[in-house]
Amino acid sequence: MIALLLRDLKLAFRAGGGFGLGLAFFLIVTVLVPFSVGPQAALLSTIAPGILWLGALLACLLSLDRLLALDWEDGSLDLLATAPLPLEAVVTIKALAHWLTTGLPLVLAAPVLGVLLNLPAPGFLWLVLSLLVGTPAMSVIGTFGAALTVGLKRGGLLLSLLVLPLYIPTLIFGAEVARRGATGIETQTPLLMLAGITAATIALLPFASAAVLRINLR
Amino acid sequence: MSIAAKANALWKYANPRKFLATSERVLPFFWLTSASCLVAGLVWGFFFTPDDYKQGSTVKIIYLHVPAALMAINCWLMMLATSLVWLVRRHHVSALAARAAAPVGIVMTLIALATGAIWGQPMWGTWWAWDPRLTSFLILFLFYLGYVALWEAIEDPDTAADLTSVLCLVGSVFAILSRYAVNFWNQGLHQGASVMRAGAVTGTDTEEKVSNIYFYPLLLCIVGFVLLFIALVLYRTGTEIRARRIKALLTRERVNG
Repeated sequence: MIALLLRDLKLAFRAGGGFGLGLAFFLIVTVLVPFSVGPQAALLSTIAPGILWLGALLACLLSLDRLLALDWEDGSLDLLATAPLPLEAVVTIKALAHWLTTGLPLVLAAPVLGVLLNLPAPGFLWLVLSLLVGTPAMSVIGTFGAALTVGLKRGGLLLSLLVLPLYIPTLIFGAEVARRGATGIETQTPLLMLAGITAATIALLPFASAAVLRINLR
Repeated sequence: MSIAAKANALWKYANPRKFLATSERVLPFFWLTSASCLVAGLVWGFFFTPDDYKQGSTVKIIYLHVPAALMAINCWLMMLATSLVWLVRRHHVSALAARAAAPVGIVMTLIALATGAIWGQPMWGTWWAWDPRLTSFLILFLFYLGYVALWEAIEDPDTAADLTSVLCLVGSVFAILSRYAVNFWNQGLHQGASVMRAGAVTGTDTEEKVSNIYFYPLLLCIVGFVLLFIALVLYRTGTEIRARRIKALLTRERVNG
């Protein structure tokens, strides 16, 4: 399991592109927002939590089609499926590797971009916390979407169409935590709901992902 | 016949030939009863009920809005049930019924959204508000879109049936989750409006006499929509079975010729 995780991480770092792309996309989305809504500081600080959450979500989505597609193309996915390691564990490791290479950098970059959008000072802690709790769910849900569309030739757009509705609960509670944190309201309820969603998806969704992957590898 | 035996008897319709023969026999009955229920309910509702003292004649849009919204949700439940049957017992008719029902569900969702917007314009002063009910219907629409897109994208019919079934199961959980998330997200703003809508439907917070006047034609319309849905799904499932049969015949011909 650890070997597989290390392999995926090495591939993500060394194969170029994949690792930095999500971050660059996040940066560009955030930079483009003031151009589209205007540079008023008050307006930007109101929408900053939502924009940062949306940007992180889209950056996460962008990297999903590479999650399983490369292994599918060179046949290593078939080898993994026949390996003694259960497929449920394989997809969990894949999701973990995706989170470490995409989700975690996004979490770390978010406060810097928060400065650009004039995020209120109390909001930084809650933004980072909400992203830290929420992004694992995005990786796990994304792995399910990637497993659904892995065999398809033009799966990229379909993947977005399938995954985005599944992101709605995470986005609602995550952005709510960040927004409430920025305006100084109590954040416990949405934070607990967000953590609950993340825990439940990590516990249950790998089984669905593995089942779907088995069907696709048939 | 005991209940278990009756439940067992249901499985014989998993045979496509049996399904086609029976559905062809009962279809005219469903078409006819749904048409008569709808015509009677709509005419009664539109022309023989008084205008609401507050909402005027706009209240009558509930004869289309409520049944369509009801069927939009029940259609997804039906797809969930048939998907489960396909995953457990692998009856092709079941998978095809789920496929056949999805576009009907999309249309029902659109009817509910459109009639709601038309009603909302004069009553709320806006075509659209991010009210929990409205938002969750929009999300339901997105789930339908993804489901249909996945069916269309996969060539192998068995793989498509498997994958869409799993998507339907996972999607159901997330749809319910979204429903509650949306409720949490925007509860305070439009609560009054949604209570008014719920009241208009169930008649709990309007005067009892008025609500009864609207209730019976509404009930007739709901029955009409349920029958219409059954008829459409039976008809479309039959079409799917025939389409697959034609495909099989063409493949056989190509192999032999």
